[in-house]
Amino acid sequence: MSITIRLFASLREQLGTECCQAEPDAVSNVEEAWRAVAGDSPQGENVLVAVNMEYVKPGAAVKDGDEVAFFPPVTGG
Amino acid sequence: MKIEIRDQPFDPWQELSSYQQTGSTAASSYGATALFVGTMRDFNEGDRVHGMTLEHYPGMTEKHLEAICHNAIDRCNLLDALVIHRVGPIEPGEPIVLVAVWSAHRAAAFDACRLIMDDLKSRAPFWKKEELDEGKVRWVDHNT
Repeated sequence: MSITIRLFASLREQLGTECCQAEPDAVSNVEEAWRAVAGDSPQGENVLVAVNMEYVKPGAAVKDGDEVAFFPPVTGG
Repeated sequence: MKIEIRDQPFDPWQELSSYQQTGSTAASSYGATALFVGTMRDFNEGDRVHGMTLEHYPGMTEKHLEAICHNAIDRCNLLDALVIHRVGPIEPGEPIVLVAVWSAHRAAAFDACRLIMDDLKSRAPFWKKEELDEGKVRWVDHNT
């Protein structure tokens, strides 16, 4: 198993990737997931985070098999 | 209740009529129907917009819209709710979203329709990328 990290919309374009896999040994919370996909790029205050398709707060735990998503403020409707 | 993400243009009035006749669980017990239709404009932030592409997060978007509708049904005592939202390339004048709700009385229907739209605009994972003059593109960075 591994952790799936996904990016959407402008974040995907900025970081040049839409999906990556991370080893659970290296990623135990959403901040570590961000670093796994974005390196040293700052996350930005308005970035939204979801784990397994549910919004989570900063510092939320991540475990093996989870899907973590980062995306900008939503603009539907 | 019905939630649908569409990648093709739709006619909200036809959808409403069809759902009310064949899909709605409100039957004849409703006394009020409220609906909102959001349509793509050809201007934004002072710029002419020639088209746009709507992106979503497959799976999470549907899940979130279902949660929004269940919340509105519980809070406003709704009888039924219908939400259809476009994704993909969209042209000015085309409907983006339809929200329709059914209740016994008008206050609940008005309240629920606004509640669903406000939540959808602030929390449902959709993103708009606009096409402007001279081939420029721009992500919409906040909702109004």
